[in-house]
Amino acid sequence: MSRVSRRDFIKVTAAVGGGLLVTINLSACRDKGAPAGAGKPADPSVFVRIDPDNSIVVTIPKSEMGQGVRTSLAMLVAEELDADWSQMKAELATYDPKYGDMGTGGSSSVRQNWVPLRTAGATLRAMLVAAAAKEWGVDPAECTTDNSFVHHTKGDRKLHYGALAAKAAAQPIPAGVRLKPKAEWKLMGKDRVGIDVGPITHGTAQYGLDVKVPGMLYASIERTAVFGGTVKSFDKTAALAVPGVKDVVEIKGVGIGVNVHPGVAVVATNTWAAMKGRKALTIQWEPGPHAGESTEAYLATMRGAVEKKGAETVNTQGDPDGVLGKAGKVLSGVFETPFLSHATMEPMNCTASFTNGAIELWSPTQFPDMATAEVAKALGLKPDKVKVHTTLMGGGFGRRINPDFSVEAALVSKAIGQPVKVVWTREDDLRHDFYRPCSVHRIDASLGADGMPEAWRHRISTPSIDVSYQEKPPEGGWGPNEADGSGNMAYRIPNRSCEYTLLESGVPRGWWRAVSTTHGIFAVESMIDDLAAAAGKDPVEYRLALIDGVWWKQPPDFGEFPFRADRLKGVLQLAAEKAGWGKPLPKGHAMGVSCGYDHLSYAAEVFEVSVVNDRLRIHRVVCAADAGPVVNPNGARSQLEGGITMGLSAALKERITITGGGVAQRNFDSYSLLRINEAPVVIETYFVETDTAPTGFGEPAVPPVAAGLANAIFKATGKRLRTLPLDIKMA
Amino acid sequence: MEVELTVNGTGRGADVDPRTALLDLLRDHFGLTGAKRGCERGECGACTVLVDGRPTLSCLTLAVANAGRAVTTIEGLARGDQLHPVQQAFVDHDALQCGFCTPGQILSAVACLAAGRAGSDAEVREWMSGNLCRCAAYPQIVAAVRAVAVGPG
Repeated sequence: MSRVSRRDFIKVTAAVGGGLLVTINLSACRDKGAPAGAGKPADPSVFVRIDPDNSIVVTIPKSEMGQGVRTSLAMLVAEELDADWSQMKAELATYDPKYGDMGTGGSSSVRQNWVPLRTAGATLRAMLVAAAAKEWGVDPAECTTDNSFVHHTKGDRKLHYGALAAKAAAQPIPAGVRLKPKAEWKLMGKDRVGIDVGPITHGTAQYGLDVKVPGMLYASIERTAVFGGTVKSFDKTAALAVPGVKDVVEIKGVGIGVNVHPGVAVVATNTWAAMKGRKALTIQWEPGPHAGESTEAYLATMRGAVEKKGAETVNTQGDPDGVLGKAGKVLSGVFETPFLSHATMEPMNCTASFTNGAIELWSPTQFPDMATAEVAKALGLKPDKVKVHTTLMGGGFGRRINPDFSVEAALVSKAIGQPVKVVWTREDDLRHDFYRPCSVHRIDASLGADGMPEAWRHRISTPSIDVSYQEKPPEGGWGPNEADGSGNMAYRIPNRSCEYTLLESGVPRGWWRAVSTTHGIFAVESMIDDLAAAAGKDPVEYRLALIDGVWWKQPPDFGEFPFRADRLKGVLQLAAEKAGWGKPLPKGHAMGVSCGYDHLSYAAEVFEVSVVNDRLRIHRVVCAADAGPVVNPNGARSQLEGGITMGLSAALKERITITGGGVAQRNFDSYSLLRINEAPVVIETYFVETDTAPTGFGEPAVPPVAAGLANAIFKATGKRLRTLPLDIKMA
Repeated sequence: MEVELTVNGTGRGADVDPRTALLDLLRDHFGLTGAKRGCERGECGACTVLVDGRPTLSCLTLAVANAGRAVTTIEGLARGDQLHPVQQAFVDHDALQCGFCTPGQILSAVACLAAGRAGSDAEVREWMSGNLCRCAAYPQIVAAVRAVAVGPG
C-alpha cells in the first residue's frame, strides 16, 4: 500500500509533468473553497471531469498514435476513482504549458503519469465520498465506492457520481490519499479494448488528415529532392492556370532542429488541384553541399571508420586492445544496417490558420510543446499566440516528434493569410522523413579457455541523430546516444570497449521506434550468438552466464529504474521456457534467441524458422517482456506484437538508399512493408511483472527481432547474415 | 464536370474536374473522410471502398468513372446503431491500433466474406494482403474476419 500526501502529490505532478494544473486547482480549492454552483461539474483537476450525466472525461495530455495511451491513462484514473469503465471518455488536451511535458515518446506515458493520474483519481474519489457522507450525515469511513457509485455500508443507500459531482467540488481536498496495491485492482491488469475503437470502426474518428476548418484551402509542396538544396528560381504561371489553384508561395527552409525543406507550395481549393498545380511548377534548384552523397559512399566511409580506432571512446573496461592483440584467435563480425523510414500509414500533414497575429494549428504531433515553440520562432510570435490542437494520428513511431510539418503549415497559412491544410503525399513522406540512421558496426572478440568471452571491442559508425537537432555534441560526445544497446550492453566481459566515429551526412535523422538499440542490439546479439557457437555452448545458457549485475558506466537517465540483471534474465528464461527451448523440433525447424533492454523495459524473443530451398518461413515468435506491472494486458500485447512485426519488416524488407544526396525510394513499391500474408502466423507474448513502477511496452520488443531472426537462420542454415535487411527471401 | 452517384444509399452529385479521383470526391467534396489517403497508387489499401459491392481502391479510380454506381464507405456500413458484423468483430477483437487503415481493412474484409474467401486463416491473410497495417494488428484482423466467417457458436 502506498500513501501520497498532498505535499508529495504536488511535488510529483510538478516534477514529472502532466499534472501542473491538478496541483494549482487543488491548492485553489483548498484555500478558497471551490464554488459549487448549481449544476456546475466538479472540476478539482484539469485531468478529470465528472459530468452530471455520470460520464467521466479524462483530458489526456499525451498523443494517441495507436499505442493505446488514451485507454491506459484513462484506466489509471478509473481504477483509483472506482469508476464505471463504460462511462469513461478520453479527450485530447490542447497544448498548454499547464500540463507540463506533453511530449509523447520513449515509452514514457504510463511511467510519467503513473502517480499523478492515479492520485487524481483517488483524490476525486475521496471528495465524492465526503460529499455523499455529508449528504447522508454519516461517517465517510462507512462509505464504499464501486462502479461510479458511493454506497453507505450500513444501509442500502447509494448515490451516483454524477449526482455528487457539484457537491464534491465544494469538499476540502484530502491531505493524503491512499493508492491501491495491485491486489485490489479491479480494472487494471485486465484486458480492455481501445477507448476509441467505436469512432474508428465507424469511420468518424478524426485524424490530422481529416481536419476541416471553415475557409480552409489545401496545399501541396514540392520540396528539394536533394537534402540541403534550395530554390534558385521558379515559374508559377502554369500552376496558377490549373483550375482551383489559388496561390503559389515559396517556402524558405528552416534549419537545424526543425528541418523544414526549402520548396514551393501550391495552394488550391481541393487536394487534387493542389497536387495538379504542383506538377505544373517549374523550379530551378541550387543543389547545395550534399548533392554528391550516396549510400555507397557512406558505406565506404563507415566501413573504413570501424577498421581503426574510433574518434570517440564511449567506454572502456580492462584492456580489450591488449587482450585481442595477444589472442590466439579473434572472432570478428561487421554488421550493416540501412537508413529506415517511419512510414506511418497517415502521411504527414497539418492544418494551420493564421489570423490577426496569432495562429491555430491542428496537428498530428507527438510533441505539441516543440511544435508550439518552433512555430512561434519561425513566425516571430510569442508562444502564447500559438495554439496547437493535437489530433489523432495514424501512427507515429517517433516521426511526429519533429515539428517540421507543423512549422511548414504555419508558414503557408501566414503567407496566404488563410486557413490551409498541407497534405503530404506518400512520396513526400518517404523522401522527407527523419531517418533511423544507417550504421556499420564491427565487433572483435576473443574467448578464454572456458569458452566465455575475454575481450570485446565494438566499433560503431553512424550519422548521429543528435547532429540533426543540435550544433554541438551532447556532454560525452555524439557516441553514447548512438551506442545505446551497444556501449551499455549487459554482458560481463572483463575487457570491453565501445568506440564511435561520426559519419557526415546531409540526410535528416530522427528517432525511430526504439532508436539506436535497433541496430546496436542487432550487432551485439548476433555476435554473442557467434561466440556461443564458437564455444560450442547453448545460446541461452551462454547469455544467462554473462548477465551478471551492473558493472559498466550507467547512462544518466535511468533515474529510478537502474538496469537489473534479474529482469533481463527473467525475460530470457521465460521466453526460452515458453518456446520449449532445447526440446525436439519438427524436422528442418530451428530456433534463435535474442534479448535486450530498451527505454527501461526488457524483452527476449525466440524465433522458430525453417529454410527450405533458400526460402524462409517463420513458424512462431515467442516474446517475454518486463515493463513492470501491466495496466492493460490487451494493449501491451498489441504493442509487443506490433513491435515484433515492425522489427521483422525492417529485418526483412525495409531499406532507404541515398543517391545524389536524396532518397531513391518513392512509394510502398520500393519501400516495402511487411504485409499480413507475410507476418508470422503465431506470435506469443508473455509478461514478467516485476514489482516496480511501470515503464512502457511501445519500444522494447523491436530491438531483439533482427538478431533473433538472424540467429535462427544461422542455426537452420549455418549461414551468418550480418546485413539488414537480411538477404533471404520469404517462402 | 457533373458526376452523380449513390453514396451509402443516397444520391449525391458534384461538379469536379474529370480527373478527380473517387477518393478526393468522397473526402474533399462530400466530407466523407473515412476512406483514407495513404499512398495514392493502390499500394496500401487505406482508401478501399465498395463500388457495387466490389472492393475498390478509390485513389486509383476516377470519380466520373463511377457515375451511376453505388458506393459504400465505412460511414455507410452500420445500420443506425446496429454495427455491421465485421465492424462489431473489429471492436470485439480490438483489431486495430492507430486505426488509420481500419476503414479500408473493414471494407476489404466485408468483400472477403462476401466472396466466400474467409474459409481459413491462410485465405484471409491472402485476401487481406492489399491492406497495409504499419502498427501490425494483423493477428487480430485475421481473428476478426474469421470470427465473422465462422459465425456465432
